[in-house]
Amino acid sequence: MSTEKVKEAIAKILPDVETVICYQQGFDGLHTTPLFIKIPEEINGLIWNPLCVQNLTSYLPSIKKKVGIVVKGCDSRTIVQYLQEGLIDREKIVIIGVPCTGVVSVKKVLREIGHQPVAGVAFDDNGNIVVKTSKGDRTLAIADVCPDKCATCQYPTPIVYDYLAGDPIKSDKPKESVHEDIRQFDEKTLEEKKAYWEKELEKCIRCYACRNACPMCICQDSCIAETREPHWISQKLSLTEKFMFHMIHAVHLAGRCVECGECERVCPMDIPVAKLKKKINTEMKELFNYEPGVDPDGKPPMYTFNVDEVKIKEHKL
Amino acid sequence: MSVVAGKELRIVGFLCNWCSYGGADTAGVSRFKQPTDLRIIKVPCSGRVDPLFVVRALLTGADGVLVSGCHPRDCHYTDGNFYARRRLEMLKRLLPFVGIDERRFHYTWVSASEGQKWQQVVTDFTNRIHQLGPLHVKKENEG
Repeated sequence: MSTEKVKEAIAKILPDVETVICYQQGFDGLHTTPLFIKIPEEINGLIWNPLCVQNLTSYLPSIKKKVGIVVKGCDSRTIVQYLQEGLIDREKIVIIGVPCTGVVSVKKVLREIGHQPVAGVAFDDNGNIVVKTSKGDRTLAIADVCPDKCATCQYPTPIVYDYLAGDPIKSDKPKESVHEDIRQFDEKTLEEKKAYWEKELEKCIRCYACRNACPMCICQDSCIAETREPHWISQKLSLTEKFMFHMIHAVHLAGRCVECGECERVCPMDIPVAKLKKKINTEMKELFNYEPGVDPDGKPPMYTFNVDEVKIKEHKL
Repeated sequence: MSVVAGKELRIVGFLCNWCSYGGADTAGVSRFKQPTDLRIIKVPCSGRVDPLFVVRALLTGADGVLVSGCHPRDCHYTDGNFYARRRLEMLKRLLPFVGIDERRFHYTWVSASEGQKWQQVVTDFTNRIHQLGPLHVKKENEG
């Protein structure tokens, strides 16, 4: 079981680091919450299962001391992106990578069980999650309740790590499938797309959870969505302001979004906010053959330029 | 409202101080006839143009947005327009995804001596926006 391997690896690195960031059981069986291990006794509180969804790497840029961290393949892309942008010091983090076969979207499970209180959760060997509620057990295939990112996951094994808990896994999903949903959406007419976003973004309550959870939103308290000077958006409750906020988020993540899906996971209104960022990523791939969070020596496309851009043609009027 | 009803549309132009603003000035000094829909905002460099300027303008009343800077390799600050080119191209590809016609946004390069080209750019872009019509239909006109 990889839980044991993770615990072993943590015990090994704990003397060298201040804290190890991993997961523990949350308020019910379905939820996990971050665990900060400082002393060896705390290792027993650790859990590792497909419910460990949160992208823990978001903590890294604000931590000054040397820390250990447990990452899945998708989370490791955030670390790579941080390294590209010089936001963290590789010497100061010890990465325990865990090959991942897919996680569970808590939202999807809750939808399946009709938002019943959860008494317990178990995993069987056939890739199913068994959710116990007062109305009986419900068995769901993890593949059916995984976040959208898992369906096209290209990096099940972390890209950077110091210790690997488990054997590396290769992705069995075709590379072309990653941006397929974006291409399909793009085939709709302008009016359809406009209507779609108006309907979706109208739901936004501007809680800024998507921004707060986003590992690449490093401005945080200085976010231009909230500053008075410059006053980019007002407190007015209108679609324009909501739309503007999401455009700010998307444009500020141009060529940086590592598609961890945290924005969508935390959205209380179920808005497909990651879609905007994924669209830009699709274009970055086409224009600059760049994929965020893959190559530690790479450079985000908006941070650099070519004097002669091969793919950018001058637009005619 | 300074917009002449039925005749004019709102077009916002972000022009770099060194080339395109000079180009527009050249066109004016040479008395080239131009449409009057464009309102010019002078910026130090096309690299100063945040793609969000364009988004904000389009969301809050502009029918079209034009960005113009020095020709690539001619930037007053050496490389500002190279960054601008990448950002603006990204935006041009993002706009249709959210249901805004990408033809309402145009970016180009006009030097200070190209008065004639400036006249052409403004005329063609204004014609295009007039073909597309107003982006924002006033609420009181509805129903």
